[in-house]
Amino acid sequence: MGAIYVLWLRELKRYVRSRAQIVASLGQPLLYLLALGYGLSPVFRRSGEGNYLEFIAPGVIAMTVLFSSLFSGIQLIWDRQFGFLKETLVAPVPRLHIMIGRTCGAATTAMIQGLLVALVAVLAGFRPASYGGVPLAFGFLALIAVVFTALGTTVGSTLRDMQGFQMVMNFLVLPIFFLSGALYPLAHLPIALTVLTRVDPLTYGVDGLRGALIARGHFSALIDLVVMALLAVALTAVGAWRFARIEI
Amino acid sequence: MIDVQNLTRKFGEFVAVHDISFTVERGEIFAFLGPNGAGKTTTIKILTTLLPPTSGTVRIDGLDPTRDSTAVRARIGIVFQDPSLDQNLSAWENLDLHGALYHVPRKLRRERAQVLLELFGLWERREELVKQYSGGMMRRLEIARGLLHTPRILFLDEPTLGLDPQSRNQLWTHVKRLNQEEGVTVFLTTHYMDEADRVAGRIAVIDHGRIVSLGTSAELKTSTGSATLEEAFLALTGTEIREESAGSADQMRRAARAWRGR
Ligand SMILES: Nc1ncnc2c1ncn2[C@@H]1O[C@H](COP(=O)(O)OP(=O)(O)OP(=O)(O)O)[C@@H](O)[C@H]1O
Ligand SMILES: [Mg+2]
Repeated sequence: MGAIYVLWLRELKRYVRSRAQIVASLGQPLLYLLALGYGLSPVFRRSGEGNYLEFIAPGVIAMTVLFSSLFSGIQLIWDRQFGFLKETLVAPVPRLHIMIGRTCGAATTAMIQGLLVALVAVLAGFRPASYGGVPLAFGFLALIAVVFTALGTTVGSTLRDMQGFQMVMNFLVLPIFFLSGALYPLAHLPIALTVLTRVDPLTYGVDGLRGALIARGHFSALIDLVVMALLAVALTAVGAWRFARIEI
Repeated sequence: MIDVQNLTRKFGEFVAVHDISFTVERGEIFAFLGPNGAGKTTTIKILTTLLPPTSGTVRIDGLDPTRDSTAVRARIGIVFQDPSLDQNLSAWENLDLHGALYHVPRKLRRERAQVLLELFGLWERREELVKQYSGGMMRRLEIARGLLHTPRILFLDEPTLGLDPQSRNQLWTHVKRLNQEEGVTVFLTTHYMDEADRVAGRIAVIDHGRIVSLGTSAELKTSTGSATLEEAFLALTGTEIREESAGSADQMRRAARAWRGR
């Protein structure tokens, strides 16, 4: 148990120390939130869908958590390169604990990033439909963070170099984001997009968040919750399995 | 304490460690000498549970590193050849994290960390992030960290790489003391023959993955008719420089450097 805590703490310390990186990684979500939020608002309203800033805010918060948690998971590659991973792997601690400690730490920092963006959204005029939904929104934020940290760990345990990392960026992160319904409603999509959005894990996270915050979920909260919870368990198991197989 | 029988490790077709056997007794200081790429680090990785053997048996204090890995890890300490510090933590935090991972009680951990940091001249700069350290200081910190918990077996893979003579002297004095006073078994590799001569009870010379000779320093000298250990080493392994295909770790490090634009 001690090991999980100290590795969690390590991730947090590293996060707090990388202030420049924190600010830099907030740039993109802010552009989405402000430029798209305000820019597409008139069109969105005219088509009878309401306020776009309100609609996109949960999507952008989810995006921030997605990017942040996937990258923290993949940070494993760096730890392997700079050697610190070895130090944890020879310690008399089950690998599962090491993986859990790292995952909890990465998920926590990803949630903090998401909350920072949420704060900016509030400053930009975003208001939850009811404050009663906020705890549920927290739950979804945590689930998104865990699911994608575990996915990042799986990828990071499998990849060995940077070329692979670029591939992951282009063929994993961006599709997950764009096919998640973070930017557009899930109803009335072309058939191909309907199918793709339904197999994208992030779809259920965004939808759950949207349901909790602005009461505009496409699926019921229960479906979102069950899907995300199952994914969290399954991906953590796969991540732990891959992590246990790392050879230095 | 360490018992290795017919150990072989392949990477694809390439045989890095070729059917080696040796034993290290409790309380012994045992040195592994060999040219670059001989298979020293690979052997240490297998003994320390980081790499499974392709074939052969290994026992550490009677335990199998592949099956009883956690129990084996609880008995060993290691100073790696490659860097393994967290550069974004301070020296103090690196030691504290290590102590926590090895279940050293908090109070004891602090005491020992202070003693070791003072011993290796890092106490004044303990709060600084490791990335601001010089190469030699990082090396000293790696060593201090490896000595923080009291292992039964200490693995030192080229611990003195890049160290000044003062620190080297400090290290070997400390290691000898640990060995004599606390009965710690030591398994070390080095390219400095004088160090092996000074501290090691027995020496194995390994080349191309095979042990070519094993005995005390005196025995190696007599059997090769040499005056010094260095001469004996050259007589056993030849004078040719080893061509080495860059290991994947090196390639990754190079890629990382390119990535960061340096
Ligand atoms: N993961 C790996 N994949 C492929 N080849 C490897 C791997 N690790 C080591 N090797 C190869 O195995 C051989 C032995 O390497 P090892 O690191 O054990 O040598 P060493 O005796 O420690 O050498 P040095 O004195 O340079 O540290 C080398 O030829 C190396 O390239
Ligand atoms: Mg080596």
